[in-house]
Amino acid sequence: MNYTIETILIGVGVFLAVLGAAFAQDSLFQAHMGVLAISLAIGFILMLRRINFAPAGAGTAALVGGAPSESEYFDEVVRYGVIATVFWGVVGFLVGVVVALQLAFPDLNIEPYLNFGRLRPLHTSAVIFAFGGNALIATSFYVVQRTCRARLFGGSLGWFVFWGYQLFIVMAATGYVLGVTQGREYAEPEWYVDLWITIVWVAYLLTFLGTILKRKEPHIYVANWFYLSFIVTIAMLHVVNNLAIPVSFLGSKSYSLFSGVQDALTQWWYGHNAVGFFLTAGFLGMMYYFVPKQAGRPVYSYRLSIIHFWALIFMYIWAGPHHLHYTALPDWAQTLGMVFSVMLWMPSWGGMINGLMTLSGAWDKIRTDPIIRMMIIAIAFYGMSTFEGPMMSIKAVNSLSHYTEWTIGHVHSGALGWVGMITFGAVYYLVPKLWGRERLYSLRMVNWHFWLATLGIVIYAAVLWVAGIQQGLMWREYDSNGFLVYSFAESVKAMFPYYVLRAVGGALYLVGGFVMAYNVYMTIRGYQRNEAPIAGSVPVLQPAE
Amino acid sequence: METYTAMRQFADSWGLLAMALFFVGVIVFTLRPGGKRQAQEAASIPLKED
Repeated sequence: MNYTIETILIGVGVFLAVLGAAFAQDSLFQAHMGVLAISLAIGFILMLRRINFAPAGAGTAALVGGAPSESEYFDEVVRYGVIATVFWGVVGFLVGVVVALQLAFPDLNIEPYLNFGRLRPLHTSAVIFAFGGNALIATSFYVVQRTCRARLFGGSLGWFVFWGYQLFIVMAATGYVLGVTQGREYAEPEWYVDLWITIVWVAYLLTFLGTILKRKEPHIYVANWFYLSFIVTIAMLHVVNNLAIPVSFLGSKSYSLFSGVQDALTQWWYGHNAVGFFLTAGFLGMMYYFVPKQAGRPVYSYRLSIIHFWALIFMYIWAGPHHLHYTALPDWAQTLGMVFSVMLWMPSWGGMINGLMTLSGAWDKIRTDPIIRMMIIAIAFYGMSTFEGPMMSIKAVNSLSHYTEWTIGHVHSGALGWVGMITFGAVYYLVPKLWGRERLYSLRMVNWHFWLATLGIVIYAAVLWVAGIQQGLMWREYDSNGFLVYSFAESVKAMFPYYVLRAVGGALYLVGGFVMAYNVYMTIRGYQRNEAPIAGSVPVLQPAE
Repeated sequence: METYTAMRQFADSWGLLAMALFFVGVIVFTLRPGGKRQAQEAASIPLKED
């Protein structure tokens, strides 16, 4: 357990990264390999400090006490994952507020590294992959161990998954700022970073599947089905979407294997299923574990949850073409995408009802437990955005909504409302459990977080509905002679007040994120805030006569 | 036959049928008589420990 081989491998990695920088074909690759070398060198030094140079016998003897036994759950990596979730969440929200302000006030574009074009993928990747991905990895490791009643498979492979994923985040983020991109939405990292995340993802699949295979619980709980479908599908989507030929072995540029409309369809087959399997299936796994745990009640209908699972994965995979309405994509494919998107209403709402009804008989907890409230608003937003999405996929609606701010509003009601809130709920559930604290530092701060975030989302989504519909109507406004009434620049100018308000909504959400980070930090440190309990959560004691 | 045409024909016929039958089979199996008790047991898995 001394991690000797791992440390040597990281050292070799530093050397290879330096070689990559030395023989780089272009300056971007050189700079990026420099970042890699520095990141790995930091890791190498940290690992060296852990190495124990005592004789083999003495070393093992000392380790016996601290060595993890097979009977214990592997929770240390989950602790790291929760901290990473909170950290990347705040970073991602912060970059989001910055890009929102850049749209309103273009002077904030600091060229070349910090302009909108580079910060926008930084924001999307930070919130989806860094915040969401860490939340998924951490909670899936937590949930699979508990529902299988088995320790995480693969020994220290869990650590490789965690740190390998952080390295991917650092490489992706620094690449965007430097200008390394393959220009595929939500898949911007170039070929060498894609290869790295593939390796990490296979390790993730091995740890997760291995734990399921050695489970002591005969039945595989439904949350694990959702998590597993997320891991497997993301692997498939990632590999196909990133099929590309590098221009040179030590260069940052590559070209997609597909061209034209096939390329566009591959991109959106990936893009929409990233929404379906990363941001939906994975987080539904979270919902099916943490809502029953926090409510103390089993899921409303287990059989509905099974049907929810199969219907969701059978339908989601076909919905991607709705991103390419009225393009060169064949008409039948557009219609297919639309029809499957509309059919998705059923499993989505089945799942939403299942999640909400889990509280039946315990509805008072919405009033008395802010964590439950957070989870319930997440499910409500899941329902709202999965209603809005199919509606927007209908061609007639899409002809108005596509390319407008409405789409961004829709994405954020799903991302801030569903993904964000269910993650916050899970984090608030996990932190006291993982660090053995009696309760959170402050439940009232959870309540503050809830209202800041909810208000932020409502402002954000409502403002962008109005902005998007106005934008769409301005673009298609013809006069009696058949000329366009507005120039494009006029529609941009009209967006200014909405852009400012959007930044306000985002800022409220960000402040909520800071409140959470403080609350989590203080809980980990072991403090308890001296505060009045939430009204109704503690039975009022009558004084003795 | 061209690879694309062959794959396309398979996807439109047997592939589609197999997936549709699998899907219907899953739903029928889930809702089979007597499945309720087992489902209730499975639903209580997360509540068993900590």
